[in-house]
Amino acid sequence: MTTPVLFDVPGPKAKARIRIGTVIGALLILGLIALVLTRLAGNGQLDGQRWAVLFDARTGVPQTLGRTLVNTLEVAAVGMVVATLLGLLLAVGRLSEHAAVRWLAGLYIEFFRAIPLLVVIFALYFVLPKYGIRPSAFQALAGGLILYNSAVLAEIFRAGILSIDKGQREAALGLGMRKSQVMTLVLLPQATRRMLPVLIAQLVVLLKDSSLGFIIGYFELLRGARSLVEFFTPRFGSEYTFQLYVAAGLIYIVINVLLSQVAKYIEERTRRSAKAAAVKDVALPADAPMGDSSTASTT
Amino acid sequence: MQFLADNFGLLWDAFLTTLSLSLLAGLLALVLGTLLAAARVSPIPPLRGLATFYVETFRNTPLTVVFFFMIFGLPQIDFILGFFTGAVLSLGLYTAAFVCEAVRSGINAVSAGQAEASRAIGLTFGQSLREVVLPQAFRTVVPPLGNVFIAMVKNSSIAAGFATSELSSLLPRLVNADAGQLTAVLLGVVIAYMLITLPLAFGVHRLERRVAILR
Repeated sequence: MTTPVLFDVPGPKAKARIRIGTVIGALLILGLIALVLTRLAGNGQLDGQRWAVLFDARTGVPQTLGRTLVNTLEVAAVGMVVATLLGLLLAVGRLSEHAAVRWLAGLYIEFFRAIPLLVVIFALYFVLPKYGIRPSAFQALAGGLILYNSAVLAEIFRAGILSIDKGQREAALGLGMRKSQVMTLVLLPQATRRMLPVLIAQLVVLLKDSSLGFIIGYFELLRGARSLVEFFTPRFGSEYTFQLYVAAGLIYIVINVLLSQVAKYIEERTRRSAKAAAVKDVALPADAPMGDSSTASTT
Repeated sequence: MQFLADNFGLLWDAFLTTLSLSLLAGLLALVLGTLLAAARVSPIPPLRGLATFYVETFRNTPLTVVFFFMIFGLPQIDFILGFFTGAVLSLGLYTAAFVCEAVRSGINAVSAGQAEASRAIGLTFGQSLREVVLPQAFRTVVPPLGNVFIAMVKNSSIAAGFATSELSSLLPRLVNADAGQLTAVLLGVVIAYMLITLPLAFGVHRLERRVAILR
């Protein structure tokens, strides 16, 4: 925020008012935090020994959390790679000169953007076995992530390709390149560079969505914490429950914040470089950073 | 299809649950999101900081984790919510962060002259926001807000993992049905979601054309 337009620069009186408001507000928030802390302390949740379990290798807790973290990253990595490749194919398909290919790609994209990701995962996990195909939780989760995100990524790539000045395409065709060469050598490299920030934002969304594995019992972070709790509860009561939940949640949040920072850094770098200066004019498909930002219709 | 007809009551109840969950969470998100957007442009720095912190935290937390804390975490400190209330709160609090970002981009899109003019005729910050800036901001953000709410309806499916019997939860619940029956249920669920999202998208489109300001 440089020069505020919505309000005057506060004078001495307003400054004093703001200061008083700040103090009162801070007291309120501190009070709220204190309330939560006393609640926690009252239940003995703040005891150091209860938190130590998270780092004590003998209990197996760090190992389990580590393994589930790897599981989370694994499914996200598979999803990212395959969804990106499939998304590229779909985007090219939707821009194809053959009506049938265009139509099929469009149908795929609109269908998978219109239904909730969890329904896709459930369909793979609960309905497919009825037809004799039994995907594991990993396969169902990865499959859902790929089907859904490839549709979203395809729209991102398409917007990128369409945003390239048409002179580029015409010049490449004029040089005698084939259509596939124009696409792979001229259009896609420029489009990818232009769409990089949105692309990465969508990949962060994919990582976030991998937490859906919890619901179908894939052994990711939340499920790991839950199973540890189920293991400890008969032995120690619910002594470590809260700590384990907090740990799993925090790991998720930290990873997502880190990836978002990377995305932000790349976005700023892209904006500075002259080659991608037009990035602001591109009409993005919805706002990609939103959880599942797609619309059912883009009429 | 016979199976679907037999279980129509179940499907209908689930549809109503999804609908009411979406409506309540949407209302919460709209109100809270607008307040957060106002806080983010307010003259009081700590308020700005707090709203920014809220938005960044919720945007970087998977919705499943929000649900997880609401349903399993809060009871540990003796706040016990019902499953449906927990679902409404999780979905509403999460979506509010995205509503805030949409509304804020709308506020930035209102030309500076409008805000300057309202200051010049002596309106306070609250007045100029309420009477001049926000009414124009909302008109420009109808499409992105619509996208946020459509995404929210789809996100409401996550409540299925946390004991709310909404549309998606029918699949695991009826998993003992045979192949044809379960496929029919899947089809019913997909159509039911589209019955919410397609009219919503259509309504947003109509509203957009109706309230658009020509600049």
